[in-house]
Amino acid sequence: MPDLALADGVRRQADYWLTVYKRTWRASVISSFVAPLFYVVAMGVLLGGFIEGDPDQLEGATSYLAFVVPGLVAAHAMQTAVGETTYPVMGLIKWQRVYDSMLATPLQVQHLAGATMTFVLFRLVTTCGVYMLVLAPFGVFESWWGPFVAFASQVLVGMAFAVWVYGFTARLEDEQAFGVLFRIGVFPLFLFSGAFFPVENLGHVGAWAARLTPLWHGVNLSRMFCLDTVDWSTAAVNVTVLVVLLVAGWFWALAGLRKRLVS
Amino acid sequence: MVLARGLRKTFGKPGAEFEAVKGIDVDVRRGEAFGFLGPNGAGKSSTMRMVAAVSPVSGGELRILGMDPAVDGPAIRGRLGVCPQEDTLDVELNVRDNLYIYGRYFGIPKGEVNDRVDELLEFVQLTEKAKAKVEDLSGGMKRRLTIARSLVNRPDLLLLDEPTTGLDPQARHVLWDRLFRLKQAGVTLVITTHYMDEAEQLCDRLVVMDKGLIVAEGSPLQLIREHSTREVAELRFGVADEGDSHEALAEKVADLGDRVEVLPDRLLVYSEDGDEVVAKVHERGLTPVATLVRRSSLEDVFLRLTGRTLVD
Repeated sequence: MPDLALADGVRRQADYWLTVYKRTWRASVISSFVAPLFYVVAMGVLLGGFIEGDPDQLEGATSYLAFVVPGLVAAHAMQTAVGETTYPVMGLIKWQRVYDSMLATPLQVQHLAGATMTFVLFRLVTTCGVYMLVLAPFGVFESWWGPFVAFASQVLVGMAFAVWVYGFTARLEDEQAFGVLFRIGVFPLFLFSGAFFPVENLGHVGAWAARLTPLWHGVNLSRMFCLDTVDWSTAAVNVTVLVVLLVAGWFWALAGLRKRLVS
Repeated sequence: MVLARGLRKTFGKPGAEFEAVKGIDVDVRRGEAFGFLGPNGAGKSSTMRMVAAVSPVSGGELRILGMDPAVDGPAIRGRLGVCPQEDTLDVELNVRDNLYIYGRYFGIPKGEVNDRVDELLEFVQLTEKAKAKVEDLSGGMKRRLTIARSLVNRPDLLLLDEPTTGLDPQARHVLWDRLFRLKQAGVTLVITTHYMDEAEQLCDRLVVMDKGLIVAEGSPLQLIREHSTREVAELRFGVADEGDSHEALAEKVADLGDRVEVLPDRLLVYSEDGDEVVAKVHERGLTPVATLVRRSSLEDVFLRLTGRTLVD
């Protein structure tokens, strides 16, 4: 008999994840929707008011607000993805052992990972989607279609992070390394991947280092499409990098989870 | 239902391996309650995880419901009920949701899962607790919920790993009663335990495991007949007799029974007539502070076979 199809196995967990979301959505409202708005107001509107909106200096943006928000949403996608794949996943594996109970049923490791990643995808679609909707009246989008592609790229960069951090968590004995991940991984990426200032400001070497980070590819896509300053060859590179990361991370995560759970 | 030949399980990297199961043969027949009895670390749980088709077999042959777990894992698990040693209930969901959501993992349609959940809550006497949070349940209730959960797919074979460990005596009896009903309803049970009374209560047939190997096999009664005497006289000596070590005392009574076991706190004299042994002990001027004559149990079988007690 062939294995259970991936989609079928994921669908069987829909009720589980729906229940989880019903239980946690209130808490996620603050971190997903309110906190980002604070960022937009504080960094974009209030701090940005002191910055001259020179398109030559700001990758084509006519105001600092227009420059910073596409990057903020992409960075927020990364943070949401990391948030959903660290402590909650450790809970599934180790603390509540929900994964163990699932593996006693016809479900297999790839179904567990598939459903968890589908939930992360749902969280990214809703948080980035709401974020972009709220930004629409601020007049920061330069075309009607660009924001849709920008939104897709935000979700893509979020998923690229999700699979890698998921695989990282699957390999951890306990939660102590999460602090290190946040301090030397997420936080520097958040600050230096071009969300808040053009990476050229980091100098030649710094700029190239920033361009090698996964988050920069998402920030750059998000910004180019929001500001309608698309360089298609750069966009192709950005998308390729993120898709390769996503696919490779998925298999790396599966291998780690299988090793952890099936012994 | 389960057939194992030379079944092995090894953990760890090559060079630093630990062999938990060292080649065992097992046959579980339809409708019987089959037990794995042994102390902690005997390899029972490792065997159980292989039979549950969640832990890959390291060597030998294993067929579950006629299928190979390496090939047909999902199909096998779809027909198994598993009650793991540690509860893996979702503590943040209520009692009903735990059953409902688990049923959905098997691909059972929503309406049907709902009907089964009602039935199962009734069966494990938790109907009134349906809306309660799992973390508010007692240990016995959690176990019953885990058992209800393992029945949600109407399994052909139910695996119970240490089902009553950590429960108080009353909760154990409630649980045994439910398991006994399942057995009468024709469900095949495979149980691991390190409690000999549990094995005697529930199992038609069992194997005694020690250090990854099967050391004896049969019905509880058969095993007792084969490996022990009808009765046991337990002699407990006071501190005043400390001058005479237990070993020395054992020599003085050695000829009174078939054999004598020395435990840290007492001597066990195996004989067909325990009362006669006690009388003769007194005749010899020995003064145990307490004596007890009882029937031989699986505990004695285990002691005989391994030289150790079940619960250390």
